[in-house]
Amino acid sequence: MYKYVVKRLLLLIPTLFGAAVLVFLLLRAVPGDVCQLRLGGGGEFIDPAALEQCKVQLGLMDPLHIQLVDFLTGFFTFNFGESMWTGRPVALEIGLRFELSLQIAIMATLVSIIVAIPLGTISAIKQNTWIDYVVRTVSIAGIAIPSFWLGIIIILGLLITTQAMTGVPWMPPIDYRPLWVDPGYNLSMLIWPAVATGYRYSAVATRMTRSALLEVLREDYVRTARAKGLLEKMIINRHALRNSLLPVVTIIGIEFAFLMGGLVVTEQVFNLNGIGKLFVESVTNQDYVMTQSLVMLVVTIFVLVNLVVDILYAVLDPRIRYS
Amino acid sequence: MATVSEGRLAVAMFEEPAAVKPWHEKLRDMARKQPVGVAGAIIVVLMILMAVFADVVTPFDPLQTSYEYMLAPPDGSFLFGTDMLGRDVYSRIVYGARTALFVGFTAAAVGGALGLVLGVSSAYFGGLFDLIFQRVMDVFMAFPLVIMALAVVSILGTGTENVILAIIVPFVPRCARVVRSSALQIREIPYIDAAKACGFGHTRIILRHMAPNVMAPFLIMVTAFVGQAILTEASLSYLGLGVQEPTPAWGLMLQGGAEEFAETAPWVAVFPGLAITLAVFGFNLFGDALRDVLDPRLRSSQ
Repeated sequence: MYKYVVKRLLLLIPTLFGAAVLVFLLLRAVPGDVCQLRLGGGGEFIDPAALEQCKVQLGLMDPLHIQLVDFLTGFFTFNFGESMWTGRPVALEIGLRFELSLQIAIMATLVSIIVAIPLGTISAIKQNTWIDYVVRTVSIAGIAIPSFWLGIIIILGLLITTQAMTGVPWMPPIDYRPLWVDPGYNLSMLIWPAVATGYRYSAVATRMTRSALLEVLREDYVRTARAKGLLEKMIINRHALRNSLLPVVTIIGIEFAFLMGGLVVTEQVFNLNGIGKLFVESVTNQDYVMTQSLVMLVVTIFVLVNLVVDILYAVLDPRIRYS
Repeated sequence: MATVSEGRLAVAMFEEPAAVKPWHEKLRDMARKQPVGVAGAIIVVLMILMAVFADVVTPFDPLQTSYEYMLAPPDGSFLFGTDMLGRDVYSRIVYGARTALFVGFTAAAVGGALGLVLGVSSAYFGGLFDLIFQRVMDVFMAFPLVIMALAVVSILGTGTENVILAIIVPFVPRCARVVRSSALQIREIPYIDAAKACGFGHTRIILRHMAPNVMAPFLIMVTAFVGQAILTEASLSYLGLGVQEPTPAWGLMLQGGAEEFAETAPWVAVFPGLAITLAVFGFNLFGDALRDVLDPRLRSSQ
């Protein structure tokens, strides 16, 4: 087990290195550059001296391989450079927004687990009844609904209901206050994007829980439990559900990619100043330094989450022993 | 065509006879066993018809603005109302199907073809080529789809063609991986050795002997991906980084102030989203059913 973890951690290095090189090359293939865009954004005359100075300042004049070495050393020493747009350190800009996005991500995962496990369980126990059909249809539809549209519909619903109930339309607040400072305010703001993002997540997890539980319910030991007269409730809770949760853990790892993609759009809908919004802004402004840092951040988190899921899998299921 | 039927024959010896049923029998089986899949297929066909005959089924030009009818509610003449520029929402949704399906099908077809060739080649050549290819694919797979697409857009810029490219780039490694794992099994079947013994070239063996035999997992993958491509295009367009005005696109329709006018003119925000959901829903249902019919062994819980 210990050996396996070390091996996996070592394997992360070539993957992250490859990803870093790929990101670096991708973003250097851009026609035009941020200096031209920044100085001549409105189509006005660009002073060649200012352009030159800007390029030197941002290191765009260095040979490509020097830029790459700078980028890699920066990445592995957590020094990401300054934003080409605001001029402030990338780490600072990310740090300001990280908490908000992390909280939505965690809340979305919780929402999906709270929804998925009971729904998937009911659906499996009542297989081929109308309950099962409803749950399955809702979960297939859940995968098809774009999270940004769900966000718009949630805002619309809130506006209409609050208008009808209090006479004053209410919108979730948009300035962030940490959970431990003002819990009520914080939750009233972030629960909606968490639901919009988590819904899709929960749809996939519901289907996974259902099929995993159906498989376990056909196992011999479940029949044995029934034969010895155990209550159905006990069989489900103690014997079946526990063993069917493994694939659900995997899904959390796989779907994490969708969660991060979902955050990018959801933050836009709810106008939240998080990592996702920063990412979209950096792409719009051709802020390479910011874009490449954010892409690397996302890739690193994604790869790490998948590693944790694999290890968790081994911890939860004693039959699995990686060598 | 002789080589293809040879291939089929060789597979028939190794697979259950059910796998070589003619296509029309498969279709009939599907309709009987997969009512949900047929519902999905109907949605898909309706979407395609809508896109093809867009000029016939729409009462207005999707680009025609009108200050007289800004944000007009749905009624007899404007089926789904009008947007803030007075354009007919229904006509824009119908034309939007053209954009969505064009992006979805092109991305899935081009990305799928590249993935197919790369995946089969990797399995066929094996050795160092396969090893290097696998590591490169690992790197690509470390990028979540939307993030990769956004990174590509940041380089190429916005616009319909660039969006298609941005969706193709993350799709190729995903497709290649699925194809490779099936192709690895195909490679062990003796008819590949027979083809080599006949002195056929690599290209011929890859394209005519191996590729046709990984069609089942490939088609399932590609169908499911059309829906995902439509969803990704809508997300990018919504962010303002995809298809650009005035082209009618569902994601774009939601971007143009749909939230601002949500309260006063909800139809602007509701109908395009319904269109996206329905389209993706249709492709997902169809893909699921296709999975069950074409390859029972692949029937997974996902």
